[in-house]
Amino acid sequence: MGSIITLSIVQNALELGFIYALVALALFISFSILNIADLSTDGCFTLGCAVCASVTLAGHPVLGLFAAMAAGVCSGFVTAFLQTKLGIQSILAGIIVNTGLYTINIAVMGFASNMNLFACDSVFTWAKEAIGGTWYKLIVAAVIVILVGVLISLFLNTRLGLSIRATGDNPDMVRASSINTGLMITIGLCVANALTGLSGGLLAQYQKSCDINLGTGMVTIALASLIIGESIIGKGNMLKRVAGVILGSCLYRFIVAVALRLNVPAECLKLVSSIIVAVAIAFPYIKKQFAFHQQKRSARITNQQYIKEMLREEQTGKGGEA
Amino acid sequence: MAVEKDSMLIMKNVEKTFNPGTVNEKRALGGVSLTLKKGDFATIVGSNGAGKSTLFNAITGAFFPDKGLIMLGGEDITYQKEHVRSRVIGHLFQDPLKGTAPHMTIEENMALAYLRTTTSKNAYFSRIKAADKKKFREQLSLLDMGLEDRMKQPVGLLSGGQRQALTLLMATMVTPKILLLDEHTAALDPATAEKVLSLTKQIVAEREITCLMVTHNMHQALSLGNRTLMMDAGNIVLDVEGEERAAMTVDDLLEQFALRAGKALDNDRILFSKVE
Repeated sequence: MGSIITLSIVQNALELGFIYALVALALFISFSILNIADLSTDGCFTLGCAVCASVTLAGHPVLGLFAAMAAGVCSGFVTAFLQTKLGIQSILAGIIVNTGLYTINIAVMGFASNMNLFACDSVFTWAKEAIGGTWYKLIVAAVIVILVGVLISLFLNTRLGLSIRATGDNPDMVRASSINTGLMITIGLCVANALTGLSGGLLAQYQKSCDINLGTGMVTIALASLIIGESIIGKGNMLKRVAGVILGSCLYRFIVAVALRLNVPAECLKLVSSIIVAVAIAFPYIKKQFAFHQQKRSARITNQQYIKEMLREEQTGKGGEA
Repeated sequence: MAVEKDSMLIMKNVEKTFNPGTVNEKRALGGVSLTLKKGDFATIVGSNGAGKSTLFNAITGAFFPDKGLIMLGGEDITYQKEHVRSRVIGHLFQDPLKGTAPHMTIEENMALAYLRTTTSKNAYFSRIKAADKKKFREQLSLLDMGLEDRMKQPVGLLSGGQRQALTLLMATMVTPKILLLDEHTAALDPATAEKVLSLTKQIVAEREITCLMVTHNMHQALSLGNRTLMMDAGNIVLDVEGEERAAMTVDDLLEQFALRAGKALDNDRILFSKVE
């Protein structure tokens, strides 16, 4: 059994956990804070991946990461524009953008369904030369994600960040406090999608390839990470919650890694992630139901005793009368 | 234009019909005209669905009127966006949960309200400063509710009365051109309602805020402020002030209503408050 978790598995899970944590952070902003289900995440992730791959292939790995973020901002802006200026429901706006992005992503990759970056430099190959060893990938991913995490938690405590948080928390109050809700939704979605794009870009450089279907199911995976993180850390200040999301993403990758070690075929992975998400979201509810069931059971026993006692008293009372 | 100089709010023939052309068509405001002088404190009474809240929503910009003019502080705000005009409008709802963000701390909520004071774009990226915290603390201590020691707690943990008091503080942090109070003490227990009300009176009087207050309490309608308005079916049917108002009793008010609206006042809560 000791072989289920080896050092290389831990290392690999942490690498992927950190990279995908950026998407989970994006959903943290759109889903937890703004209270909007942004379904353009899948397409936006692939967009970041494709844009970064193209720029990296041209020999500019760092520029590639920034380009991926910029592409994400554009995607988020369109999603926000559809819902704040054109009156399209937020879920629908996400689906529309997601569908449109498929064509755009294919176009970015030069009308091919995949690209490979095996021959060119990336931030990871640079790190390999500079740091060496086997931990360089983890170091690069961790440094970038921790930096982003700190910046995000600082941002969410600025006045602008507070306004964005209030928009998701109580729109009535926000409108009455002279805050432009449409603008706050737009800024929030742009920041969130920049993170999604960055995550896609990092993954492209990490696995040295890009595929049109890479983003499929990303929103589910990110949601799983987010919910695992939030249920572990719970409430707290922004820094703590952001750390929780990153932790959740790493934990999710551990669960997947263990599932793979237990000979779950790779084709079944999407099903496994769906099950993990369903379980993670349902868990608090099931726990509550279970506790209530226990309470009902113990109450039944004592209540039956009460009823018995009352019957007995009634009988003895009657006996007294007779 | 001499009249407009000391007028804070001017409404001229403001009309609003909801769901026009359907079976649910409802003429919510039927050409309301109202002028409030600077420092006026007017109470509004009226039956259920008379258009009191609709009148407030027309002023705040929750919807735009079909016809008519609304001016605030000499500026035409008829079609100004809600978030732009809310910079100078304080609005308290009956539901104490509506005015604050529950998952954010007291301090963060106050910082949001404070955002209105500054027009500088740089302020958006500034964090809450120690000086701001000190100012918030001082203001909270005026409430005498112990909130100044709970500034790091989420507002969701406060009671309805505490939240409403906080909302009042936030709405008046920057002195608004007009303060709209929509039965803001109706959902609170009597003791807390009394406290929030006396606080309201104090703040409004100290800073000479122009104020409109919807109430279902007929005594309050006559005792608070300097003017009483009565609404029915989307119109202002009675507007009294000065000596006429001073001489009025609750029974006179109800009688006047029956006379002008052609029916008895049917606001269930008003009937209860008559007993008090």
